[in-house]
Amino acid sequence: MKALRRYIDKIKPNFLKGGKFQKLHSTFEAFETFLFVPNTVTKTGSHIRDSVDMKRTMALVVMALVPALLFGMWNIGYHYSLSVGAKSTILSNFWYGFLRVIPLIAVSYIVGLGIEFIFAQIRGHEVNEGFLVSGILIPMVVPVDVPLWMVAVATAFAVIIGKEVFGGTGMNILNPALTARAFLFFAYPGWMSGDTVWISKLTRGEGIVDGFSGATPLAEAAAGNIDNIPDPWDMFLGTIPGSIGETSTIAILIGAVILIFTGIGSWKIITSVFAGGLAMGFILNLFAVNPFMEVPAWQHLIMGGFAFGAVFMATDPVTATQTEKGKWIYGFLIGVLAILIRVLNPAYPEGVMLAILLMNVFAPLIDHYVVNANIKRRLRRTKLSAQQ
Amino acid sequence: MSAIVRGERRRILEVVIRADEEMRYESFRQGDPSTMKREEITENLLKSGLWPFIRQRPYNIIANPQDTPKAIFISCFDTSPLAPDYDFSLKGEEESFRNGINALLKLTDGKIHLGVNGDYPVTDVFGNLDNVQYSFFRGPHPAGNVGIQIHHIDPVNKGDLVWTVNPQDVIMIGRLFEKGTYNASRVVALTGSEIKTPRYYKTMNGASIEPLIRDNLISRNLRFVSGNVLTGKRIQKNGFIGYYDSQVTVIPEGDHFEFIGWALPGLKKYSMSRTFLAWMMPNREFRLDTNLNGGRRAFVMSGQYEKVLPMDIYPVQLLKAILVEDIDLMENLGIYEVAEEDMALCEYVCTSKTEVQTILRQGFELMIKELG
Repeated sequence: MKALRRYIDKIKPNFLKGGKFQKLHSTFEAFETFLFVPNTVTKTGSHIRDSVDMKRTMALVVMALVPALLFGMWNIGYHYSLSVGAKSTILSNFWYGFLRVIPLIAVSYIVGLGIEFIFAQIRGHEVNEGFLVSGILIPMVVPVDVPLWMVAVATAFAVIIGKEVFGGTGMNILNPALTARAFLFFAYPGWMSGDTVWISKLTRGEGIVDGFSGATPLAEAAAGNIDNIPDPWDMFLGTIPGSIGETSTIAILIGAVILIFTGIGSWKIITSVFAGGLAMGFILNLFAVNPFMEVPAWQHLIMGGFAFGAVFMATDPVTATQTEKGKWIYGFLIGVLAILIRVLNPAYPEGVMLAILLMNVFAPLIDHYVVNANIKRRLRRTKLSAQQ
Repeated sequence: MSAIVRGERRRILEVVIRADEEMRYESFRQGDPSTMKREEITENLLKSGLWPFIRQRPYNIIANPQDTPKAIFISCFDTSPLAPDYDFSLKGEEESFRNGINALLKLTDGKIHLGVNGDYPVTDVFGNLDNVQYSFFRGPHPAGNVGIQIHHIDPVNKGDLVWTVNPQDVIMIGRLFEKGTYNASRVVALTGSEIKTPRYYKTMNGASIEPLIRDNLISRNLRFVSGNVLTGKRIQKNGFIGYYDSQVTVIPEGDHFEFIGWALPGLKKYSMSRTFLAWMMPNREFRLDTNLNGGRRAFVMSGQYEKVLPMDIYPVQLLKAILVEDIDLMENLGIYEVAEEDMALCEYVCTSKTEVQTILRQGFELMIKELG
């Protein structure tokens, strides 16, 4: 490592002001700090600082996503084998899915990070780590068969319009990964919903076993085919068609445990999203007039992208509410809206994405009222003490 | 006088004075402060040079002798890292403390509040006073910060003024009235992971740390801090103990690179979050250095500051109000109630490595400039 450090120190002057490659300063710095935690020390104030930094935080979120990602890879292979009626093993299924998902991840990272590097360079900032998470989230929330170029376009849209125009990580209003998904959803709806996109190569329709359906449980429920909804246990495990990372509730819950335990994800948001979903599910059950509304409330939590959205999307600290009280309100409303849109709006088979994006927009408003309550308390106190 | 140390923009940082061989005291007025008038007490404190020990909230600056505060607050315990135990270091100073309190009582129309540690019985130094109001506080840092205590007893509203004094400084004020001298002797705690034998020293206010650390250091390349590691002032190896401090801390400098440090398991990395495996180490002891442990970023994480700030204040919103220089908003969000030390832990825990204390001070300076 010492040799590597020496090499970096040797080439570093080229990237500093006045150097040959000073235009690539941010890029160099991103790679340098990726390899080495820098030697900057505190000047005054608190002379010691917590060991955690943005890189560690984001790396841990990625780690929390790994169980769902690995399961998603296997699930792709599994469903592919089912659809063509081939014999398969756990390993062969995983390998198949792995090969299908890696290109998506690569495209998302290359496009997204490329844009981030350019913007950091223009602004003279350090490259922010936020996209490390967005870059893995984007492939996990799309169907496996979505063309790579679409992912590239959506990623570019999300990073530029969703994030950089606002000033980069920390300033954005909408969750970048969901912005990418929403872009795909509205620009290329044929690739984002339906009965064929969820299974690898089903869109081409070659060699499919007779009677195989690639419909997601939500599609079945929306069509009123309640009998076709898979066993709850299957939905909990995740052996159902769906976006790459969203199907396995148990894998997502493992991620949730990591996020909550390390203190990175807000348990308040996660639990309140689930509570909101459950509450809305019960209300729909009470007034049920069609089979979809009769689906037991708790089953909504393991269908579609609900759990994934609650754990990995709603908890994005930048686009969620910042105040602790606000987090309860924000999460609860996401849960309520997600189920409301899912069940009652015929145009959208799933409501989680739109619910979170909508609440992203409203998060500052919720915070505003929470903070204003604090201001009012303080003013009242001032008045009282003035009267005495 | 042997030197004047200047810093940025030729600001005076230190005035170094060489002491004479023999200690001689100038005499000031002596007498029982409870029989003296307010003006006499103020004059005596100003003449003797003890007045700056009295600080005011808001803004945590030296009090103005013309003002009358609504109350005076004294925190009788220090919860900051490796802090001296006042119960021990001020032992035997009962009389001086009592006299100091009597003098301070003349300066306010309101009460004197003593914040004491609720986990231990009140010791003789602080106990047995019938003219003060006791409040008991429990819990980890910053429970011992006077700002936190004020917030929970009698918060500083707009237009309010309270004063604060450290207990060891109350004792110096007491001595002035007992003996008529500026007796600067005080007990200082020498602390930090790089000190061979951490201990208390009886020395003088403003003394050089050189004799204390001689042959007492474990390693080289060190950070010397007058005060504690959260709020203290950086000093040189041959530097001096600060006016308000009764603690010197020595920790390793962290000016080293760490290969993929952010990705390692981190068995030796201390963190309030559980993002490093250090949380599972039994009897963990850490050697914290001055490395920033990362790069500066925009505010990203939320809820971190609130965990270490036991006040009804929204810290991030307050800091943002300061950054955009919105005076009304700063006022509404409680800038009058905080001092740098109260939010020092926010700075410590910040994932984005925000300079919380520096921003706060900028806010104070702006308020003083705009509102006086």
